[in-house]
Amino acid sequence: MQVTVEIYRQDAETGASRFDTFIREVDPKDRVLDVMMEIKDQDDGSIAFRKSCGHGVCGSDAMMINGINRLACQTLIQDLKGSLIRIEPLKGLKVLRDLIVDMDPFLASLQKVTPYFIPKTTAPVREQKQSIAERQIFDDTTKCIMCGACTSSCPSYWSNGEYLGPATFVKAHRFIFDSRDGGDAERIEALDDRDGLWRCHSIFNCTDACPRDIKITQAISELKRYIVARR
Amino acid sequence: MEMLSHDILIVGGGGAGLRAAIAVAETDPALNVAVVSKVYPMRSHTVSAEGGAAAVVRPDDSFEDHAYDTISGGDWLPDQDAVEAFVNEAPRELVQMEHWGCPWSREPDGSVAVRPFGGMKIERTWYASDKTGFHMLHTLFQTSLKYDPIQRYDEWFVTKLLVDDGRCQGVVAIELATGRIRGISAKAVIICTGGCGKVFPFTTNANIKNGDGMSLAYRAGVPLKDMEFIQYHPTGLPFTGILITEATRSEGGYLLNKDGYRYLQDYDLGTPQPQPVLRSMELGPRDRLSQAFVKEQEKGRTLKGPYGDYVNLDIRHLGEKVINSKIPFVRELCLKYENIDPVTDLIPVRPVVHYMMGGIHTDIHGATPMEGLFAAGEAACVSINGANRLGSNSLTELLVFGARVGRAAAEYASGRNGGGRAVAAQAADEEERIERQYRRGGSRSGGEKMADIRQRMHDAMESGAGIYRSAESLAQAAQEISTLQDRIQRLALDDSSQTFNTELVAAVELTYMLDVAETIIHSAIQRTESRGSHQRTDYPERDDDAYLTHSLALRQPGGAPAIEYQPVTITKWPPGERIYGR
Repeated sequence: MQVTVEIYRQDAETGASRFDTFIREVDPKDRVLDVMMEIKDQDDGSIAFRKSCGHGVCGSDAMMINGINRLACQTLIQDLKGSLIRIEPLKGLKVLRDLIVDMDPFLASLQKVTPYFIPKTTAPVREQKQSIAERQIFDDTTKCIMCGACTSSCPSYWSNGEYLGPATFVKAHRFIFDSRDGGDAERIEALDDRDGLWRCHSIFNCTDACPRDIKITQAISELKRYIVARR
Repeated sequence: MEMLSHDILIVGGGGAGLRAAIAVAETDPALNVAVVSKVYPMRSHTVSAEGGAAAVVRPDDSFEDHAYDTISGGDWLPDQDAVEAFVNEAPRELVQMEHWGCPWSREPDGSVAVRPFGGMKIERTWYASDKTGFHMLHTLFQTSLKYDPIQRYDEWFVTKLLVDDGRCQGVVAIELATGRIRGISAKAVIICTGGCGKVFPFTTNANIKNGDGMSLAYRAGVPLKDMEFIQYHPTGLPFTGILITEATRSEGGYLLNKDGYRYLQDYDLGTPQPQPVLRSMELGPRDRLSQAFVKEQEKGRTLKGPYGDYVNLDIRHLGEKVINSKIPFVRELCLKYENIDPVTDLIPVRPVVHYMMGGIHTDIHGATPMEGLFAAGEAACVSINGANRLGSNSLTELLVFGARVGRAAAEYASGRNGGGRAVAAQAADEEERIERQYRRGGSRSGGEKMADIRQRMHDAMESGAGIYRSAESLAQAAQEISTLQDRIQRLALDDSSQTFNTELVAAVELTYMLDVAETIIHSAIQRTESRGSHQRTDYPERDDDAYLTHSLALRQPGGAPAIEYQPVTITKWPPGERIYGR
């Protein structure tokens, strides 16, 4: 089938932006990423975008496709209604060039919730025990690929870049609800803050945007309840 | 050129690179260690590993059994001292991962769960659902954030190793966000850049896997070992090459030909049973399963699809509950990319390039023959994988040898001086080369198109150096790659920007891939026997008298590599027959 692909371009040096339009013959099972790579190969080698695994686990290629944040490697042509494909960079993060946004503030936000495991007890010689049920509690939030689709879809984040944002909450949830972890105090200090959890208004954009289908808004409300219960 | 400077520089931020960085920081906190990666670490290809990581954990298992499975699986090409070190240290490394928070799946008693895997005699594969590599990579990345001495250069692309006086003393890299080219000096450099599946057209490998580190070492005069051994995973989705994990078969999946027949029984892999049987049938080694596919294809017993011939993987009998709890990602991938539900439908699969057994020649500490240069993970060849790697050994390998190489490099670097003025001059020359070759040329009219060269390389490798090879097919591929080496000197490029010039990166990556392709082909030409994944139709038998040896491809000025040999280290297990299913 034939598709018309409009790709956002932004010159890094001047900041000038435009859309370039390409018409291509594609397979309905092609990933949007395949089509972009084909355009880069055949039409214009200067289009800049990130890519790596190509099947939705590395988190490189989150972008806005037909107005929705998603991964280009996880979106098939047949998933899109119609034959017009409009590709834009994630919102709320500074565009460095074309579809490449500055991920540094996003990663810096994660750092604020101590995003690594802090053992509750001195480690035994062998593994720490954890029941299947305990492992299940934080299963959903371990799935985060750090692509940025959620945080960059959040109106609260758009209006205030200091807001920690949903991806950071997901990371905090993954540790706080892990029965083996003992680092609550440090994390909660960052979460229970003006730029923390309470700025979330349960708009659900993050949940809709997540390419791994993490129930982010639910995780955020679990964190809120947990913090309130501890007070 | 003004140089950046570190004690230890790690190229590559995947599993091996991050494990090495942590090992350096723990060995000597006074050392300043940096990780240079062309992508953010969590985008590295370790993230795609699904099935699990092998280590002896059950009381009825033993190091000897894990070693024997690995050595026979590798068709007696692994170095047995390396394998012994590997199996001994494997459990400690996986427990360490648990202590760093890795969310391993659990048994009902709360201990870490294990599953069976191909070519393994007993259940010893630790797993975290069917996203083990993802969870391991994220755990390592998170843990690395704890260590202040670890600095990162995310999205920096290395173009050259700086070598002076026979010693590796740093790298030259492009900061992709600005286009600035910088020399980074170091007392020791560790290459952890992974494999090079993208040399082939149909691969499970990420777009970033272009053999960067292998080529960098090769250009610096370090041999690449056992490059002829390329693993085809038997079960990739036909259109995309997306991996369907071996765990589908260890949970009980069947491979069926067009008649619904479990064809592996015809290839000396055992007799079909309803339940999975270890080291038998669908749980045979990957090389034998991929070869069986080709034989079925030749007999006309595979199915024809729009994207090539395929067979079916049947997991319907496992039921929705097991599929959802043990291999949920398989279901997700099938639904997303093939629009089929494995709970009710057969999964079409065919062999797909997956892993390089070969790589940069190292000893069991990760040291290469060049002073100051180390390597680990898929980029390296220790060798524990020999002629065919067993599934779930590579995740463990990157931990065991990532940790080893970190300790060895730390020991080497402690108290040593860094790079001098000579490497700064080399870095300046490299900057000039990159500018001249890739930037100043701009849009050269009449130049070569990168996509054409890549396509021709893919065609040459697939038809010349695939599952079965011959002197003739390899000679043709060699001829083509040699022509492409010449053509790539005259590339036409569209992009002249300094900021995220991804076309420039792709052009340099293509030069890396052509180097690696050349070593694969010439190593395969010289090995006139069949062993493991290297199957020569003109030399169908294994030849231990002549080839119980590792090949070492050494770069020669302006032409094909010279191939030298080094004997395999045998400690306890003399070469024998590979027996599966009987």
